[in-house]
Amino acid sequence: MDLGHLLAVVVGAIFVSNFVLMRYLGLCPFVGVSKDLDSAVGMGMAVIFVMTLASLATWFVYTYLLVPLGIVYLRTIAFILVIATLVQFVEMVMEKTAPALHRSLGIYLPLITTNCAVLGVAVVNVDEFMVTGIARNASFIYTVVHGFAAGVGFTLALVLMAAIRERIQLDAIPKSMRGIPITFVIAGLMAIAFLGFTGLRVG
Amino acid sequence: MSSMRELVKGVYRENPVFRLALGLCPTLAVTTSVENGLGMGAAATFVLLGSNVVISLLRKLIPARVRIPCFIIVIASFVTIVELVMGAYLPELSKSLGIFIPLIVVNCIIMARAEAFAAKSGLRASILDAVGMGIGFTLALVVIGTIREVLGDGKLFGYMVFGPKFQPVLLMLLAPGGFITMGLLMGYLNVLDARAARKADAARNPKG
Repeated sequence: MDLGHLLAVVVGAIFVSNFVLMRYLGLCPFVGVSKDLDSAVGMGMAVIFVMTLASLATWFVYTYLLVPLGIVYLRTIAFILVIATLVQFVEMVMEKTAPALHRSLGIYLPLITTNCAVLGVAVVNVDEFMVTGIARNASFIYTVVHGFAAGVGFTLALVLMAAIRERIQLDAIPKSMRGIPITFVIAGLMAIAFLGFTGLRVG
Repeated sequence: MSSMRELVKGVYRENPVFRLALGLCPTLAVTTSVENGLGMGAAATFVLLGSNVVISLLRKLIPARVRIPCFIIVIASFVTIVELVMGAYLPELSKSLGIFIPLIVVNCIIMARAEAFAAKSGLRASILDAVGMGIGFTLALVVIGTIREVLGDGKLFGYMVFGPKFQPVLLMLLAPGGFITMGLLMGYLNVLDARAARKADAARNPKG
């Protein structure tokens, strides 16, 4: 494991293959929660938190449960159960220990269970870091860092989109394009911009 | 005729993708060709049908408080079946759909139909609902897939549509093309709706 490669993983997850704009993951919250900046930031923070934890938890489940028992083919069921339980658990812990944080992030947590970016990051982690023969402790670090960076990438796209949508609220958009249609067109333009990062070489 | 309505509503009036904005991720991700769109549509329809049937049959046994985890397990089981079968018999399709096969679990269409329909309705209605929604989803994928494949690759089902001089718009196959196609299609459907509403209005009071 070297730091250069780790940096490449981070930059890759945030910019080059941004989860929302390049991999098409987590589009429902991207369209649904990007109406105002405050809730976009709240949702983004909650997603970063859950994605990091989910990457960590699914790594343990995969390495110490699914592989030794030879039931790797059950990974989809196992991962979605882990994520659903984790979200529930995080919500309960947050309610007890950090009520202020819970008030601001709480409403976003149930939505995250069905956010495909969270299950997506768990599956991508397995495909990229666990079956390719990377040593066990290195794959653990890659997995957690990748989960965190993917969450940051999601938040970046979400916050940018919310800021743009707030600014175009009073613009003269054709009636039939208002709301979701124009959001998709903007996302397309943002994705063109993000295509520029493809030329980036790190590590 | 109400059973016919259950079937047809998913295709246009309540089309899951264009009307309800559900299941957006796979819709954009796999529609770089018509073939992938069809494959994804078929896989999702199978999962939708299976989970709707099981959930409708078990709806009186599942306690309301734990219904969401129960639904997830049922859906995830069917997705695993699809994953294994597709990997064994259609390895190429399985490779090009990639991560989006396991992600059918979190496709909101399936969860939404389980929660909003199958958990409350009888077996027959649930089957019709699943088939209708499945067709609607597949149709949306095929429409987007056709546009993107024709413009981005100049092909349809792998056959050349235009002459050899056609310059393909590569952008349509990349991520931005999917977003822009989707936005413009939704906008176009809104235009059609507004036109139909105007026509119905004019028919009701012909003078005004």
